[in-house]
Parts: sequence; structure tokens; C-alpha cells
Amino acid sequence: MLNQKKLIVSHAPFWHDGSSITVRSYHTMLAALPAALFGIFTYGMPALGVVSLSISFAIIWELLINKVTQRTVSIGDGNAALIGLLFAMLLPATSPWWMVATGTFVAVVIGKHIYGGIGGNPFNPVLIGVAILMVAWKDYFDFNEALVNYDLRFAMVYPLAAAKHLGTSGIEAFSTAGLLLGQHSGGIGATFGLGLILGGIYLIIRGFIRWEISVSFLAGVFVTALLFHMSDPSLYAGPVFHLLTGYTLIGAFFLATEDSSSPVNFIPMLIYGAGAGVMTVLIRNIGTYVDGVVFAILLMNLINPICDKIRPKALGKVV
Amino acid sequence: MIKRSFIGLTKPMLKYEALDLKTPEPTIIQEPKKVSLFLDKTYGFKDTILLKIGDTVKTGQKLSVSENSDAYVISTVTGKISSIETLAGDYGKTFTSVSIEVDENEEIDDQFKTLAAEPTLDSAINFLSGVPGKPAFKIFSDPEKPINTIIVNGVDRDLLVGTNQYVIKSDIDAVKNGVRILKKITGIDNILIAVPQNMMQDAIGGGAQVVTVDSEYPATLPAMMMQSILGQILPAGQSCEDMGVCFLSAEAVASIGTAIEEGRIPSTKTVTFINKDGVKSLASAKIGTPVRNIINAFGVTLNEKDRLISGGPMTGATLYSENFPVLADTDAIMIQDRDNIPFISDYPCINCGECVRACPANVPVNMLVRFLEAGQYEEAADQYDLYSCIECGLCSYVCVSKMPVFHYIKLAKYELGRTTSAEATNA
Repeated sequence: MLNQKKLIVSHAPFWHDGSSITVRSYHTMLAALPAALFGIFTYGMPALGVVSLSISFAIIWELLINKVTQRTVSIGDGNAALIGLLFAMLLPATSPWWMVATGTFVAVVIGKHIYGGIGGNPFNPVLIGVAILMVAWKDYFDFNEALVNYDLRFAMVYPLAAAKHLGTSGIEAFSTAGLLLGQHSGGIGATFGLGLILGGIYLIIRGFIRWEISVSFLAGVFVTALLFHMSDPSLYAGPVFHLLTGYTLIGAFFLATEDSSSPVNFIPMLIYGAGAGVMTVLIRNIGTYVDGVVFAILLMNLINPICDKIRPKALGKVV
Repeated sequence: MIKRSFIGLTKPMLKYEALDLKTPEPTIIQEPKKVSLFLDKTYGFKDTILLKIGDTVKTGQKLSVSENSDAYVISTVTGKISSIETLAGDYGKTFTSVSIEVDENEEIDDQFKTLAAEPTLDSAINFLSGVPGKPAFKIFSDPEKPINTIIVNGVDRDLLVGTNQYVIKSDIDAVKNGVRILKKITGIDNILIAVPQNMMQDAIGGGAQVVTVDSEYPATLPAMMMQSILGQILPAGQSCEDMGVCFLSAEAVASIGTAIEEGRIPSTKTVTFINKDGVKSLASAKIGTPVRNIINAFGVTLNEKDRLISGGPMTGATLYSENFPVLADTDAIMIQDRDNIPFISDYPCINCGECVRACPANVPVNMLVRFLEAGQYEEAADQYDLYSCIECGLCSYVCVSKMPVFHYIKLAKYELGRTTSAEATNA
């Protein structure tokens, strides 16, 4: 018995489908890459600086908090890098370094690790970071002000600000094709509509995000914007404009779909997505903020646990 | 191992592999020099032990360890008892293992032969509970839970396993005899044979109504079959027997048929052997044969840190030693190479919802597992449908965090079962 072979003993099942958090994070980053690269290409070195700094800082914060809380180092799972990348994609290209550092600190440490790390965060960490910055340093988030020194081949006015302050007359310069191809100002990775849509479709097909959330989010934005537009076409921009500007697309495919802060059952996913979409347009059209995606998704994150109680009856459950 | 497909939009599709059209002949495993027979340990310290080391036993002889216990095992060989030891299984089970050194001159015990002429439920309970396939006869004599339907399982519970399908294909006459005898001794007329779609023709000769089962995992688990065949939904926390439905494997029914017909208790078990590369072959071995003999017969080397599994890839149980014998209900022996073993991790649930979509019982696994991790089993059972789980293992299979979800669920059920039985005895 002593020189017996030692075999591995464990509980069933003995197969695994091979998925992992690392694969998930890296593929999400891959899907976000076209839009991010387009932003770097459009805004040049400052944008590259913001993206690199943001990813590095996110990873550093994660490593530090791992050390401080004496947990296993988890930077290898790619989640911190993903947070960094998505965070940078929402920022204006001219964001100062200290803003990136603070934002990623809030995102990774307060948004994620305070709640117990990956899977425990009730809010999307990226959005927590952005929301705090938006409230704290409003001026740096005013895209018209932030990008004032850029003169690219298109109208440099931030489309949502124009729509808010000038009504439909202010946005005549933006064509749908132009918006899709990223010919408008905004966050580094949030303007290239086509790239974001392709990335989103890739994630949906691979099953890394839940299509119900993205689709219902976009539907919520579309329907609400359409209703507003029909009520007063001169004051409120049309639905397609709302779909392609601001953070709508990146929100639909990359932010609202964050795993731990979104529901997993079918009906709750629809409620969650549609709710965030409706809130987005409400904030944009009658709220004080120019873009409502960040707060709309955070608000829906809040109701996610209650929302997810709506679920199909389990097998053999009597009540 | 079946990996996640590139298109991950849909839930995993794990198909039961149908057995080849021409019946594969099982490899006959030679009679070993020593067999080990397992019986449930139900006796106490003070009970007299009926067996002694050195006793000679005949093939077909009934061996019980104690007078106070009705657990027994039928010797599959003739020989001398060389050791009796107690072994611990998983989830608190204990076994008595009786090892017998095989004598070449086989002698047959004829106690059963006289009873076989007039088969009764009692003689079946007393002699046939340990035949290949391990039929649970006792449930037929429980007056509180009358059984009204017997489903003969011509499908195998787990993926890659083909034992019962083989029995239907190769020995449908024995199944027919078994069905006839079951009808006679239990008085239950409603007997169905469940087979995969492509085996309809093979099963018609079984003398019972044939029903087909879907070929996608986990359609052959009892709870799923209750739903698809009988249209009954198994209430959470109850077993099929509570609902009056008894599942017997095709091999068990065939063994009953053979036993009564020939007056001799069958002792050869058909085992599906699943190689490291997932290729399956059939073997036929005496109950009690060490698993090592089967592995050697197929010329496979088992290395350090490989995994040896009794049962299929989703619901089997690992064995820690090659000396472990083939039991009456060992349908498959599976070997996994150390390079192909997926490990579990201690990552928390990231709430991706893969398990929720994969779960055939609609259990909110994402919430359930958080409670189970914290050891809050009662809350898990009350609020998050622990007892609706039908134990298919798909949640662990798809888990992105590689959590041992299925393990947590089994542990929770076991721990809750322990507390309730402790409360019942103290009350």
C-alpha cells in the first residue's frame, strides 16, 4: 500500500468547458481595442498617454490592494487591466495624469476591492471612478473645454452639449455616417460607433456579455428618444443621434454588461437594460447632465439585486 | 473533454454518444487472483462477526457480516477469505470490504437454485440485491411509499457511458425475462423501457412499452425522465420513489431475468472503459475484480497524478486506488491524464450567469453558491432552491471562476441531511 501511485481525487464533474476569467477579460479588451485604437489615432499622443497610464495605474492599484489586504495577487486575471482600459476610453484625451490616477484608484479600490473584490461589487467599478471625477472636476469632463485645442476634420463641438443647449438646430452638422465613423468629439474610446458595435457583436457571439442587456439598453434609449423627438422635434434630437453619441454604445456593450453589477435572469436583464436606456435619455433631455449613461447605469446597478429576484420557478418548487 | 464552442451564445450542448450500430463485443477480463466485495457497514461494535479470515466460500454464497444487519453480498468466486476491513467512502458512507483469494476449482452454492423455481419478492430481496446493476428491491416492500411504475433504464445516466445501452442491444431476451419476473413478483404492471431514439427497434423485444429519451445531457437523469416520460414534476427535495416511480437499470433487469431463468446469480458486470483520450470500450468483469486488472487489460498505464473515476465525466466519483474493485453499480471506469485535468479555483462567483442558463432545474446557482460558500445551508435551502437541484454537474462544468459548485451543493445537502436526522433521533 505504501508505494502505491498517488492519484488525483476530486469531486465531480471531471470536465470543464475551459472558460476562465482571464479569457473573458482579454477578449473583452480585444473587443474594445478597435474603438480605443481609433481614439488614439484621432487624438494622438495625449490619448495614448491616458490609455497607457490608466491601464498601468489600474493594475498597480490592484497589486497594492492585494498586498495590503494580504490576498492572492489577482492582476493576472486581466480584470484590473480591463477596468483601466474602459476607464481611459471614457476620458477626454487631455485628462491630466493625476485625474487618471485618482479615477483608477476610485474604480479599482473603492469600486471593486472595498466590496470584496471581483464579483462582489454592486456597482460597475469603471462607472464609480468616472462618476466621482465627473462630480469632482466638472470642467475636465466638459468635452468642449477639454478638447478646445484640437482642430480635426470635423465639427469639434460635443454633440450632446450642442443638442442640449441649442436643440436640433445645433446638431445639423452631424450625419449618421459621420457619427458611426467617429467624426465627433468625445471620450477617447467612445466615439467610434462602428468599432464599438463590432466589438459588442463579437462579445455577444462569443457569449462573454449577455445580449439581452445590450439590446434592451439600446431599445430603451431608442424608444425614449423617439418619444421625446416626436413630442418636440425642434427641441429634442432624434433616436439615432442619441444611440450614436456620448457613451451610449460603449455603455450598452461594455459598461451595462459588467458581470457582477447586472442581473442574470431573462426578464430582469430586460428591465435592467431598458431602465438604464430610459434613464439615459431622461437625464440627457431633462436632467442637468449632458450625458446620462454613467448615472443611469449606476442607478440601475442599485436595483439589480431586487430586480434579479424575478426568476423562473425552480424545478419542483411548490410555492 | 468537450470545450466551450466558439459561439458561446447558447448554453452548452453535451450529447450522449450513441453506441455503435453493430454491437461492440466487450473485452473479457480474466478472473483475478483475489476479489474484494463491498457491503454497506450497518453493524455495531458489539455484534458478532459471522465471517472469519480463512473461511471458504462458494460461488453464489450469500455472505453477511452480522446477524443484526441485513446487508449482504453474494460471493462471485470460490475461495478463501483473506481479509475483512472497514473502508470509508465519501459523504460519511462506510463499507466492509471482504477480500477472497480465488480457488481455481469453482464450487457453486445451490441455495438460490431451489428458490429460483418459485420467484418471490422476498427471495429477490434476499439474494438479488447485489446482482450487476444493483436493483433496489427494498423499495417495493415499503408500505408507506407504494411503487406504481417501473422504468427500465436503457439509457445511461452519464455521458460516454454505454453499459445499459449495450445490455439492451445484446441481451434483450434477458431484459424481457426480467420484466416478466418483475411484473410477477412486484405485481406492478406499468413497466416502461426507456432508450435513446436510435435504439427503439432494439428495445421492442423487451416485453414492455418503449419510450425514448432525448440525447442531450442531462435528459437521462431520473428527475428529467420523470418530466419527459411521465409528465410528472418531481417536487423539490423528494425522490422518484416518493412519487411511486422506480428506476431500474437495464442491466439489473437483465440480471434478474438471467438469475431466475438459470437458477444462478449472475456475477459478471459490463463496464464501459473510457480511455485517456475519451475513447470508450466495453469490458466484462467479475464483480470484485480490482480496477487495475481492467486498466491493464486495455494496456493503459496509469501514472502518478492521473485521475481514476468510477462513473462518467459529469457525475462519477474518483477512486484513490487501483485496488478498488468493480462494484455491482460501477457502470464505467474512466481515466484522465494528469495534463488534462481541469482544476478548480478559489475565485469567487463573478455573477456571469452561465450556470443559471445551463441549469436544467432553474436553480439560481449564482445566489445559491454565495450562501453555500458561507456555510449558510438553511438559507440556501429556504430561499435559493437547494433541493431543486437534480445533481447534473453542469454548473461546475460551465463555471467561469472554476468554482466547485456541484461539490458545494452535495456538501450542503449532506450537512443538512445530517442535522435533520440528528434532530429526528433527539426528538
